[in-house]
Formats: sequence, structure tokens, C-alpha cells
Amino acid sequence: MIALLTRDLRLAFRAGGGFGLGLAFFLLIAVLVPLGVGPEGATLAKIAPGILWVGALLACLLSLDRIFALDFEDGSLDLLATSPLPMEGAVAVKALAHWLVTGLPLTLIAPVLAVLLNLPVAGYGWLVLSLALGTPALSVIGAFGAALVVGLKRGGLLMSLLVLPLYMPTLIYGAEVVRRGAAGMAVATPLALLAGITAGVLALLPFAAAAAIRVNLR
Amino acid sequence: MSIWEYANPKKFMQTSAWALPWVLGATVLCLGVGLVWGFFFTPDDYKQGSTVKIIYIHVPAAMMAINAWVMMLAASLIWIVRRHHVSALAAKAAAPVGLTFTLIALVTGAFWGQPMWGTWWAWDPRLTSFLILGLFYLGYIALWSAVDNPDTAADLTGVLCIVGSVFAVLSRYAVNFWSQGLHQGASLSLDKKENVSDVFWLPLVICIAGFVLLFLTLVLMRTRTEIRARRLAALLARERLA
Repeated sequence: MIALLTRDLRLAFRAGGGFGLGLAFFLLIAVLVPLGVGPEGATLAKIAPGILWVGALLACLLSLDRIFALDFEDGSLDLLATSPLPMEGAVAVKALAHWLVTGLPLTLIAPVLAVLLNLPVAGYGWLVLSLALGTPALSVIGAFGAALVVGLKRGGLLMSLLVLPLYMPTLIYGAEVVRRGAAGMAVATPLALLAGITAGVLALLPFAAAAAIRVNLR
Repeated sequence: MSIWEYANPKKFMQTSAWALPWVLGATVLCLGVGLVWGFFFTPDDYKQGSTVKIIYIHVPAAMMAINAWVMMLAASLIWIVRRHHVSALAAKAAAPVGLTFTLIALVTGAFWGQPMWGTWWAWDPRLTSFLILGLFYLGYIALWSAVDNPDTAADLTGVLCIVGSVFAVLSRYAVNFWSQGLHQGASLSLDKKENVSDVFWLPLVICIAGFVLLFLTLVLMRTRTEIRARRLAALLARERLA
């Protein structure tokens, strides 16, 4: 498992194109929205939690097809399927690798972009915490979506149609944490629900994703 | 005699060919009686005027939109557990019908909301979760049409349907948490004190029965078409080999 994780990480860092791209996309969204909405600080502060969460979500979506598609093309997914490591474990490791190269950097860079969007100071900690709790769920759900379309030639657009509805609960609770945190309200409830979703999908979705991959490799 | 006999396509085709005219007739009867009674022989509501009559389409369509997904879930589970092809094809056949019911519920809801709430659309929990349900239907249908091999497609959409069901329920409660609504609560329950008035109740129940039958008719028809298409594909493949 560790070998698979280091291999995926090394590929992500060295192959280029995949790694920095999500972050750049996230940055561009944080720049484009004020250009479209106007520079008033009050408006931006109001929509900042939602924009940051939607931006992180889309940036995550952007790199999902790389989770399995390349391995499917060069045949290493077949090797993984015949290896002693169960497919569920391989899916979990690949989702973890995806989170380490997209979710984690997104979480770390989010406070910087929050400055651009004039997020109230009280919200910064909650923003980082909610993204740290929520982005693993995005990676695992995305791995499931990628597993569904791995055999298709042009699965990218279809995958966004499949994955984005599945992202909705995570988005709702994640953005709610930041919104309440920024307004100085209690955040325990949405935070617990967000953590619950992450824990639930971490426990269950690798099985569904592995089932989909087995079907696609048949 | 067990229900699994109908998993045999031949048996299913025979029985459904016999049942279809009856179900169709019952659909026409129920919808005809229910809608005509509802539209022309019930009084206007004292507050809502004649817009209350949208209820005869809006409520049954909304109920069936959810029930269609439940039926797809059951059919997908049967396919995944017992590998009956008819079941997978029935789930495939039900999806566009369910999507249509979802759209009908949303559109009639907008027509009703405009005079009553003064807006076509509000980000109310019920409205939002219906929109999300529509998106789930879209993704399901798109996945069916994207995969070439029918067995692979059935397996993948089955898994998607199960996962999607969980997330649809999650979204339903998430949007509840996210915004407070304009939409009224359930008013057809058997165990509540305050329900819709009796004059509206009976034609409404007949309409609901009609929509259930309509769903059944359409799914039977579409499943039969799918089975025939599958047979045709098998014939063509055989001819190419010969």
C-alpha cells in the first residue's frame, strides 16, 4: 500500500500538468469572482464562504479523471487488480494520494485566497478546518465517480454530471461551517455533520468504487 | 409459483402482454375520472381560488417521482443480487419516466408558486431536493447511454443507483438544514389532525392511483421495448456470425 501511495505521489509530482493545475484553477476562481461581482467588500465577505467551497470543489473535480484513467490505459490497473492488495485498499490509497496532491494544498492555500475575497477574520480557522475535514470526502466520492467512468473514452463530462450531485451534502455543510464561523455563530452541528459524511464515505465508498472497477475491468 | 418466474423474459413478455391492456384501461379510467372530477366538479378553495386544482397533477407526480427512484433501487438490487436481466431493464425503463415526473412536479409547482407565493422558484428544501433528484436521474440516464456493453452498463448504473439513493437521502436532510421553507408540510397523512379537506381528498386519491397506474403502464411498455431491442440485437449478432 505504501509502495502504491509513493508511486502515485511521485507520478503526480513529476508528470507535471496535474499537480499545480488544481491550485491555479482555485486561484483563478478567487480572482474571477470579484471581477464578475464587483469589488464591494461587504458583498464579497458575504459570498466568500460559498465561493471558496465551490472553488475547492471544482478544483478537486478537475483532477479526478487522473485517479484511474492513466492506470487503466497503460494496464497497471489490471496489475493492481491481480495483486494481493484488495481493490478496496487500492481505491482507498489512490483516493488518499489524490487528497494529498489536491485536497491538502487547497486547504492550505484557502486562507490566502480568503484575503482576496475579504472573508471576516473569525472565519479563517473554520475555513481551514472545514476544508481539512471535507476535502477527503470530495476525494473519495470523486474516486467512486472516476471508477464508474474509467472504461469510457470521454468520461470527463459524464463524470462531472455523476459526481457533482454527490458533492452537494458535503458542500452544504462545509460552506455552512464557514458562514456560521465567519458570523461568529455556533458551528458544532454542521461541523459534526460534515465529519460524519467524511467518515461515512471513507468507510463505505471504497467498496462501491472497487465494485465499479471490477465491472469495468471485466 | 414464485415471483421469480417473471424474471424469465419469455414469461414476463407473456404476462405483461396480457396485463398491459388492463393496466392501460385502469390508468385511463382513474386519470379520466380523477382529473375531470378534480378540475370541474370540486369547489374553488376560499383562499387559493382555482389554482388549488394544480394539486391533482402536482402531488401525484411528485409522489411518483420519488417512488420511481425507489422502484429503480429495488430493481437494481435484484439485478445485482440475482442477475435477472428483466430487472435491470425495468430499472433502465423507469428512469426517464421518473425524470419526467420530477419535471412535471417542478413545473406545476412553479405555476402554483407564482400566484401563491409570488415567485416561480424559491430555494426551499423541498424544491431544492427535487431539483437534486432530477440531477440524479440525469446522471443515471447518462451513464446508461454512455456504456456500450449492456451488462457492464447494468452493473455500473446499479452501483450508481444504490450510492445515489444514499446521497439523495443525505441531500434531502442537508437542504432541510440549509434553508427554511415556503412549501407546506404533508397534508395527506393518515395520522395527522390537519389534512386537506374531504372535497379535494377523494379525487386526489383517484388521481394518485391513476399516476401509479400510469407509471406501471409506461414502465411495462418500455421494459417490453427494451427486451425486444435486446432480442433484436441478439438476432443481428447471430446473423453476422452465420
